[in-house]
Amino acid sequence: MDKSIYVAMSGAKETLRAQASNSHNLANASTTGFRADLSAFMSRAIEGPGFDSRAYATTSTVGWDQTNGATLQTGRDLDVAVKGEGWIAVQAPDGTEAYTRAGDLQLDVTGQLRNGSGHAVVGDSGPIVVPPNGSMLIGSDGTISVVPLGQGPQTMANVGRIKLVNPEAGNLERGADGLFRLRDGTDAAPDPTVRLATGAIESSNVNTADAMVTMIELSRRFDLQLKTIRTAEDNARSASSLLRVGG
Amino acid sequence: MEPALWAAKTGLDAQQTRMSVTANNLANVSTTGFKKGRASFEDLLYQNVRQVGAAASQDTQLPSGLSLGTGARVVATEKMYTQGSLQVTGNSFDVAINGRGFFQVLLPDGTSAYSRDGSFNVSAQGQLVTSSGYVVQPGISIPDGAQSVSIGNDGVVSVQLAGQAAPNQVGSLQLVDFINTGGLQPRGENMLVESAASGPPQSGTPGQNGLGLLQQGSLEASNVNVVEELVSMIETQRAYEMNSKAISTTDQMLEYLTSRL
Repeated sequence: MDKSIYVAMSGAKETLRAQASNSHNLANASTTGFRADLSAFMSRAIEGPGFDSRAYATTSTVGWDQTNGATLQTGRDLDVAVKGEGWIAVQAPDGTEAYTRAGDLQLDVTGQLRNGSGHAVVGDSGPIVVPPNGSMLIGSDGTISVVPLGQGPQTMANVGRIKLVNPEAGNLERGADGLFRLRDGTDAAPDPTVRLATGAIESSNVNTADAMVTMIELSRRFDLQLKTIRTAEDNARSASSLLRVGG
Repeated sequence: MEPALWAAKTGLDAQQTRMSVTANNLANVSTTGFKKGRASFEDLLYQNVRQVGAAASQDTQLPSGLSLGTGARVVATEKMYTQGSLQVTGNSFDVAINGRGFFQVLLPDGTSAYSRDGSFNVSAQGQLVTSSGYVVQPGISIPDGAQSVSIGNDGVVSVQLAGQAAPNQVGSLQLVDFINTGGLQPRGENMLVESAASGPPQSGTPGQNGLGLLQQGSLEASNVNVVEELVSMIETQRAYEMNSKAISTTDQMLEYLTSRL
């Protein structure tokens, strides 16, 4: 039987994987600060004796969509969205520093600032702890100021500054927990030019129309691969019937 | 079976939860002191199918790997404690909190609950109670024959008795606050209870230590913004439809696979 059947099979298999990645993007169409996965196909030629006529397909996640999501006004004091490029530094459960765009912040019982997924927000010197206060404000450069309990607004106190970074997008990769880290494992340096919008969160940057079209395209491509398998089978059947004695 | 199906299914689940939150918000658009909820989403774990940077041969590395995401989930339905608008009712037992803080009420089992709903009444024993009949803490007794009741913005309750020129002070309302109000557990009946995440209650006089002032003759309306909820509902519905389309498309692919081969 013609080996093209294996090439078509690899195409179909990888198309299903790309569909999984696309479904993941669609499922996260409402996730705050989410960055869509981009997948791409690559061909890998099979080398061997004779002419290299076959190339298998492999899917890979080549990165993530770097466009920014829409900024949604919520009016909540603790919601922040990064304006333009930049990331908010948080502490991953394993203690390492990681970066996210999800700025739905909240205080936990000890006053520690955390985002909606429960990751502690990192300040210029470790996690930020906000003391009991009358009112709290996050400035556009991430500075957190509070009016301490029992004091008037003239006694605004700075309690820390959210670490905002802006590393090269090419140096960032997404970990299994969905947080971004630098490829070389180091921590990014704070970037004073990154700005926050308060009272707003950033929506997911998944382009749903684009994802739907991709879905249709992948579905049709899958059909084509199966058609190729079918054709290879037909060819093999015709060949065997030709040689059949007394057929 | 197929990861595409399951990722889309988690999307459907999450959107369904978001719809429940939106429906609850809309249902409580006229509930006194109601605070709207918000479903917050997060992406699920990523599966590493092909490790980026793995050696493709002795001298070459894979320039990009394949990590498949597994979908989304609702990680929390947090309450948004923004101020609702104050509505003047003219009823002297209606009290609104303008700013931070909660009224404390005593539940029948002896524990405390906290509420922003200040539509109070007087029980048969003369006690100040909520509209559900729970006693407000600290307890305030309105004596028989009180001509009028006034509640100051710092919580002092005084009554005018027949035949007396000077008002009588019968107690004062206190407010409590929490370090993490988002951690309070909603209990229904406009009440919230303390949880491990909210921290212990800190009581104080209205207007001091960052607590809000009271306003007699007003109620705090629900902080649900109807337009925002409707837009959120449209968004939820469309996201739901797209996820369900992803399921049917993947299903068609698999059907094609099983029927044509």
